Amino acid sequence: MLRDAFLSALVALGLFGAMIGLKTDVGATALTLTPRPLAVAVAVGLVFVGRLALLAWKKARPPHATGPGALARRMARIGHFVAPLLLAFAVALPLFAGRYWLDMGILVLTYVMLGWGLNIVVGLAGLLDLGYVAFYAVGAYAYALLSTQLGLGFWTCLPLAGILAAFWGMLLGFPVLRLRGDYLAIVTLAFGEIIRVVLLNWVSLTGGPNGISGIPRPTLFGLTFTAGGGEGSFADFFGIEPSVSHRVIFLYYVILGLALLTNWVSLRLRRLPLGRAWEALREDEVACRSLGINVTVTKLTAFAIGAAFGGFAGAFFATRQAFVSPESFTFIESAVVLAIVVLGGLGSQLGVALAALVMIGGSEVFRDLAEYRMLIFGAALVVMMVVRPRGLVSGRAPSVALGSRKRIAAEMVTEGRG
Amino acid sequence: MAYALQQLINGVTLGMIYGLIAVGYTMVYGIIGMINFAHGDVFMVGAFLSLISLVALSALGISSVPLALAITLILAAAIAGLYGWTIERVAYRPLRGSFRLAPLISAIGMSIVLQNFVQVSQGARAKPMPALIPGGWTLMRGEGGFAVQLSWMQIAVVVTTLVILAGFTWLVTRTPLGRAMRACEQDLKMASLLGIATDRTISLTFVIGAMLAAVAGLMFLLYYGVIDFFIGFIAGVKAFTAAVLGGVGSLPGAVLGGLAIGLIETFWSAYFSVQYKDVAAFSILVLVLIFMPTGLLGRADVEKV
Repeated sequence: MLRDAFLSALVALGLFGAMIGLKTDVGATALTLTPRPLAVAVAVGLVFVGRLALLAWKKARPPHATGPGALARRMARIGHFVAPLLLAFAVALPLFAGRYWLDMGILVLTYVMLGWGLNIVVGLAGLLDLGYVAFYAVGAYAYALLSTQLGLGFWTCLPLAGILAAFWGMLLGFPVLRLRGDYLAIVTLAFGEIIRVVLLNWVSLTGGPNGISGIPRPTLFGLTFTAGGGEGSFADFFGIEPSVSHRVIFLYYVILGLALLTNWVSLRLRRLPLGRAWEALREDEVACRSLGINVTVTKLTAFAIGAAFGGFAGAFFATRQAFVSPESFTFIESAVVLAIVVLGGLGSQLGVALAALVMIGGSEVFRDLAEYRMLIFGAALVVMMVVRPRGLVSGRAPSVALGSRKRIAAEMVTEGRG
Repeated sequence: MAYALQQLINGVTLGMIYGLIAVGYTMVYGIIGMINFAHGDVFMVGAFLSLISLVALSALGISSVPLALAITLILAAAIAGLYGWTIERVAYRPLRGSFRLAPLISAIGMSIVLQNFVQVSQGARAKPMPALIPGGWTLMRGEGGFAVQLSWMQIAVVVTTLVILAGFTWLVTRTPLGRAMRACEQDLKMASLLGIATDRTISLTFVIGAMLAAVAGLMFLLYYGVIDFFIGFIAGVKAFTAAVLGGVGSLPGAVLGGLAIGLIETFWSAYFSVQYKDVAAFSILVLVLIFMPTGLLGRADVEKV
């Protein structure tokens, strides 16, 4: 055990010796080197202790007998209680939470919505999409441009943004129909980058790197939420003291409503023949074809509907920030949303919500660590895959199943044998 | 004409760098069928290791450029190989036999880790480096006094790449390790039944891929003279495009694909617009996958049910 840990420390010394030990700095004339032996010693020591602890823990803990199936069942049972509680908490949050927590709630709910939207594509239809942020961007820019150029309101633009994003989803869907698995992932990634580069360089339309600012805020049946109150504002109409928090609370309920809409639609879709076709497609495309399922239509609808929800979320993002720029739509965003879906267990609605809470909330907690935050995020992704590749809540059992014999088959699938 | 010739030279140099990275993708994909998403970042780590080594060597007083480059090449390749080994061991091996998306997501996580590790340890600022091999050779003078330059740097990049690739081809076709690698590529399970240490072969594949990426990193550093922690992402996607264009699993295809991507990118930047050069490369990826999914030299992937 000691020998193993010592070897790990030796490898760590090799890895970190140059990278951490010798920091290059841009000097006056040439690059200079700053040696940092202490940092290397700390890093190597951490690896040594960490490896020792891991080995000791593995030794102390016998391999547990409860399979992923048992755990999934337990989670499903808990889920019956957790989901309504979580919903009640979400609805009641503005009653007692301050500005900071509400802003955080809005952020988490935006990711919950994105997660549920991507869940349709990845979790249900099994199409790995690494460019989901493209549809988010399409929605955001659609609202930003329609409102600032044509003066349309938020509620008019919201469906338009969704439709536009769905249209782009179809456009992406057509060429990638024949691709599968990893290839699909890379093409969608490339698509996401293409959209971002175009947004960055089409200065006359999108403002390039400066983005679009001054995007109007949403209204409640024509009532505005200006901070100073005044004619036609929410505070004026109800005769209450004008306050900034009204707008935040309003935005919070808007995104809560949108997220719940996403959830409701995907839960209903799962029970339609279309939803069942998605789940069948995820399990086995060849079997789908031979059973006469139209794979083209099935894939395209998954892309389009998933993209539409991304577009809705994008429009909301634009109106909340009142500013959009290509900065917000990098590959990392796609990776975060994908991580939420995977962590949530690919297909489980509750899992996605919990995962968004953990990931976004967690990364807000780590905000003080600034540059270490993404490092921890990446490491968490790897550790998560190694420890629980099926996510927190493994919900791969089909939405509609016949009797108990099918249950067993689904469990085999859950274990990755399908 | 002179202008086009100059672009041809530049494109070939760039293509060689992409080809070196693409070989790493194609080898790993051939053997375990996964896209090693972190490979582009290993290339970036290799570039940084080269930079650190070059600066350290000059601080130690080694003024001979060829000697410094040779030591750097070996050091960077060795340490990057260690990175490749560790990544496979930590992030991919525990996931072998897991569900299809797990290794890819783990690889994305690893890519984020590497990027941010370099950002934290070396700082976010771009690192410039003076040209080590200055000067060149004027091939011809075109109309309007446009001189076609073939710099020593470009010759060095192309020659080094060709030598490394020749050595690598020898390794794959003539040595026991290469035979084991090819056997694993054809059928992993059968190879292990026949007594090939598959785990070790896969590890070594990652090590070799990472070493080639580190060489590409050194070339990139020499050629462009400036690196930052983000170069791995774009270069990685382009090299992957090159691997796909050449036919995933085919080693000569990877180099050919790299050359094609390098040339397309250079000519696109020269004649159309520099801003959209990444879009050009990505569009080619999409077009190739739609119309020619097996690539230039790849085999058709027959699926048995």
